Amino acid sequence: MSIGHTLLGLLESGPRHGYDLKRAFDEHFGQDRPLHYGQVYSTMSRLLKNGLVEVDGVEAGAGPERKRYAITDAGITDVAQWLARPEKPEPYLQSTLYTKVVLALLTDRDAAELLDTQRAEHLRLMRGLTERKRTGDLADQLICDHALFHLEADLRWLELTAARLDKLAEAVGG
Amino acid sequence: MTLLRSQPEGERDTAAPALPSVPRRTGPLTWARDLAMGMRFAAGGGREGWIRTALTAAGVALGVAILLLCASAPTLMNAWHGREKARENLGQAHPPPRSDRTLLYSTVDTTFHGTGIRGRLVDPDGTHPPVPPGVAHLPGPGEMVVSPALKDLLADPDSALLRERLSAYRIVGVIGDAGLAGPRELTYLAHDDALGERNSYRIDHFGKNWEAQPLSTPGLVLVIMTCVALMTPVMVFIGTSVRFGNERRERRLAALRLVGADVRTTRRIASGEALFGSLLGLVGGAALFLLGRQLAPFITLWDINVFAADVAPAPLAALLITVLVPTAAVLVTLVAQRGITVEPLGIVRNRPPIRRRLWWRVALPLVGAGLLVPMAVWPGPIDDPLATTRLAAGSTLLLFGVTTLLPWLVERVVGRLRGGPVPWQLAIRRLQLSSGSATRAVSGITVALAGAIAIHMLMTASQAGFAAAYAKSGRVPLITLWGDTTSWQQTARTLDTLRATPGVTTARALLDANAGRMPAPDRDPSRDFPSIIGVGTCAELRKVARLPSCRDGDSFVTDARRASGTDRGVSPGATIDLNPPDAYNNLHPTPRPWTVPPSARAARLAPLEDGHRLYYDLLLTPSVLDAARLTNPTMEILVRFDRDVPDAVEHIRNTAARIDPTMHGGASLDNPHDRQYDGVRKAVFLGAAITLLLIGIGLIISTIEQLHERRRLLSTLDAYGIRRATLGWSVLWQTALPVALGLGLALACGLSLGSLLLSVIDSDVTVDWPVVAGMIGIGGGVILFVTALSLPPLWRMMRPEGLRTE
Amino acid sequence: MTPEGSLLAAEALCKAYGPTPALDGADFSIHPGEVVAVLGPSGSGKSTLLHCLAGIVRPDSGTVRYGPHALTDLSDAQRSALRRTDFGFVFQFGQLVPELTCLENVALPLRLNGTKRKEAERRAHDWLAQLEVEGVGKQRPGEISGGQGQRVAVARALATTPRVIFADEPTGALDSLNGERVLTLLTNAARDTNAAVVLVTHEARVAAYSDREIVVRDGRVKDMAGRI
Repeated sequence: MSIGHTLLGLLESGPRHGYDLKRAFDEHFGQDRPLHYGQVYSTMSRLLKNGLVEVDGVEAGAGPERKRYAITDAGITDVAQWLARPEKPEPYLQSTLYTKVVLALLTDRDAAELLDTQRAEHLRLMRGLTERKRTGDLADQLICDHALFHLEADLRWLELTAARLDKLAEAVGG
Repeated sequence: MTLLRSQPEGERDTAAPALPSVPRRTGPLTWARDLAMGMRFAAGGGREGWIRTALTAAGVALGVAILLLCASAPTLMNAWHGREKARENLGQAHPPPRSDRTLLYSTVDTTFHGTGIRGRLVDPDGTHPPVPPGVAHLPGPGEMVVSPALKDLLADPDSALLRERLSAYRIVGVIGDAGLAGPRELTYLAHDDALGERNSYRIDHFGKNWEAQPLSTPGLVLVIMTCVALMTPVMVFIGTSVRFGNERRERRLAALRLVGADVRTTRRIASGEALFGSLLGLVGGAALFLLGRQLAPFITLWDINVFAADVAPAPLAALLITVLVPTAAVLVTLVAQRGITVEPLGIVRNRPPIRRRLWWRVALPLVGAGLLVPMAVWPGPIDDPLATTRLAAGSTLLLFGVTTLLPWLVERVVGRLRGGPVPWQLAIRRLQLSSGSATRAVSGITVALAGAIAIHMLMTASQAGFAAAYAKSGRVPLITLWGDTTSWQQTARTLDTLRATPGVTTARALLDANAGRMPAPDRDPSRDFPSIIGVGTCAELRKVARLPSCRDGDSFVTDARRASGTDRGVSPGATIDLNPPDAYNNLHPTPRPWTVPPSARAARLAPLEDGHRLYYDLLLTPSVLDAARLTNPTMEILVRFDRDVPDAVEHIRNTAARIDPTMHGGASLDNPHDRQYDGVRKAVFLGAAITLLLIGIGLIISTIEQLHERRRLLSTLDAYGIRRATLGWSVLWQTALPVALGLGLALACGLSLGSLLLSVIDSDVTVDWPVVAGMIGIGGGVILFVTALSLPPLWRMMRPEGLRTE
Repeated sequence: MTPEGSLLAAEALCKAYGPTPALDGADFSIHPGEVVAVLGPSGSGKSTLLHCLAGIVRPDSGTVRYGPHALTDLSDAQRSALRRTDFGFVFQFGQLVPELTCLENVALPLRLNGTKRKEAERRAHDWLAQLEVEGVGKQRPGEISGGQGQRVAVARALATTPRVIFADEPTGALDSLNGERVLTLLTNAARDTNAAVVLVTHEARVAAYSDREIVVRDGRVKDMAGRI
């Protein structure tokens, strides 16, 4: 998962201090891996360098955490592309997908769209596996089945998430 | 918790965690609770639950109403006979001596426009005469009391001639219900002080001494058949109605099992549901019965017409119905559950497909036939209890045999069917899988129809004889009158009056009386056949015999002896007794000898075109013998009339009533049996139609239920592009096949039963094919009716909504 | 939106059951020999789309074209006839007539089309063999397993060699192994006969048998092949 894109996404709703960014990140995504201030700082510097964010204002006695960052147009475009880009299907994809879904909601984007996109990507892979299974030997079939079941589990989760989007939107919005 | 608390203190800590105790679920309290729960389900099942309960209740109500009606038949007949018995006294073997408490009583029944009117004349001998029921005190001379129906009839503008006939009496009151056989009876009781002793009885009380005649064998057979034919479909219908909504009930019971009810509990709950519907039906049935019996006064069957209050079930029968119908409902429910086990996740049908065995199914009708056939081959007296029981048992078994044979027959026939067009294939395959519910319903039809056909055959046979006789003699417009006379002069005057009546074309009369042989020591004259003497002018005599020549003073000995084959001792010059014994109460009267004139010549009796047989042994011209010397001389007058003169018959009857109200009249004009027969035929038809309709309703409901179960399948078939007509036809076939088999069986069984019964009562076997065809037609109508009413729900269920997952 | 050479195409379909719209401007097209999966959350209108495409349900508005015919303009009888001859159906369950034997069930659509019984049953037998259930011909649906039943149902759908097969959750009631086998047989048979398959499912593994998927959401169709 991309911390950079996540932080960028969080900035989309308005300029924030580094300190706020960390708190917002931890609150929404950091249940098992809270961010260090250092990570925020280094990520922000790279984003600054790439012109995706800008420093909106600095308060007295400034450290990285006291800087106020704002997203640039380039940043917005980058977030949009990132969100729209399906992840390469792989095990334990959920956390990335989850991040994307929440960010999509936070930024008033269409989360269903995102799920559909991802499903299409998954299906593309699954078709390949199914085709291989159809023509392959037993070992092939077993391997393909293993992968297929994992991919299907991802998609199940996606479906479930889609079904729960309304609730999630309420929780996130509140 | 309660379990633990009840244990001794010390054991509590050491006690192992207890399994939930299993209460003994057998006590009457548990039963009552489970039944009550079932009843709550039946009562509180929402709209659909209510509809189902209402259907069950309606079915049971109809059944109960019919059962109550049948149970009322004995009381009804008792009431009817009872009133008839209480008001009548047509003479006694030993008349009471004339006293202050006696009266003269005479029957003056008449017919008006084909309807019989019961008339009675009284003439009290003193001041304390007996009074019949329904009459407060006897009317005074020239007065009469009439039944309400007769009062209405007399008030009718078309009844002028009847008013004229009864004009001798003034209406002073109305006969109360106690004096009437039924509300529509036409009867009157008049006081006629000219009533002579010769044409009346002297009685000192009203009320018959003798018991009502037991039902004749054909009558009894008819009653038994009617009961069997009526009851079986009702039972079948009750059975079917209790099963309404079975599928949904099973699902609910499964849900109950899921929350921990055991199998016995679910059975009791199911019983409770059935009980509720049937109790509701019981109440409804009683209400329906009370309502329906209000129609009784408007119905006349077999000339029997009764008051609504007469239609009351015998208390014991009513009690039995009250107890047995709900019991039967519960039993049917339990039997329906016999083959299934309600498991928490659904119904397990654990009954292996029963192959229907033939032997006991055939045994029933065979035993029935075995009982009847010998009686039919060697017809004998059948009025002893054994023969009657045998007859009843035989007919019942034969009829019931139909119910038992039908499922086997349907299964066999359907099992052999293969192929055919798609709708046909769908129908027979469906029947092959489960023909139970369809056959159950159809067996009701079958018994009803077989019974109706047999009943109808019995009636047709008894009717055929009457009809033939009436048809033959009714060809001649003739009315016969007979009454007492004292002299030829009086007879001649009567004849003249009748000839002057409008519409009369010819009239002829003879005075006649009995004579016998002179008593002899070696012979018992009371066992002789009396000879008959006819007195009339030459003109009258020529109308009955071919006379060589005739003048007043001539006498003729006829050839009646040859015709009858008995010698009555009448020959020229022989001495005969003009005061013969009358064979019952005057066995040894004083002989009144008279010698037949030796000049008497022979004469041949003329054949008469109306089929009457003549029986005069001796024909005399008036001057040969003074009629006063004869014993109880009577006159017989044959009046022919012009059919084109309106109301000629009524005018003749009026003239006769004016001359002598007690003069009897007879005419082969209106066959009273036609009316009886008509009523009964209508009743049989109506009964058959109602039964079939009842069964039809049951069939429709089960068909719709079945369609409902198959909603999804029907939608799928629709998706497949199956034509609606195809499924419609399959529903038609599915109904038509069992019904057709049932009709065939009913026809075979009804015809053979009817023929057997007719042979038993030694009567010609005739089949009224149009009626049989009519009944078959009703059966066919039921098929169409069921199919037609099943089609809209079928089409509704074929809609793609059924495909949407629930 | 009606691609060249499509066999069955729908445009702007709208269908409401009562106040709730099931389809709200749905488009669809399928080519001969193509297997298209119809995905979407439950209640999104998947089945309704299938019903409209198959002419079972007449949409409130919009058109369905089958080759040169506007399905939506045909009479009920014509659409029924089309379903008998050109379309085949496989549903999740409840589709076999319980009274008929399996062989008769498969022969049923042929017979509805007027094929003689003997011939229909001979062909039905061949299809049963092709779906590896030739042994159940004489048995009734209640006497066979779910997997066998579904194969019989597929055989029945294929019996008329339809040009479009509509399958609504065809493996929904089956275990994975049976489900996969049925799908393999179904899609193979469809490809062999160049029939199009409209495959409604909510399972990705089932959808993976398709060439292309569309997603129905809130009564609208998203063609995932056309996405960027």
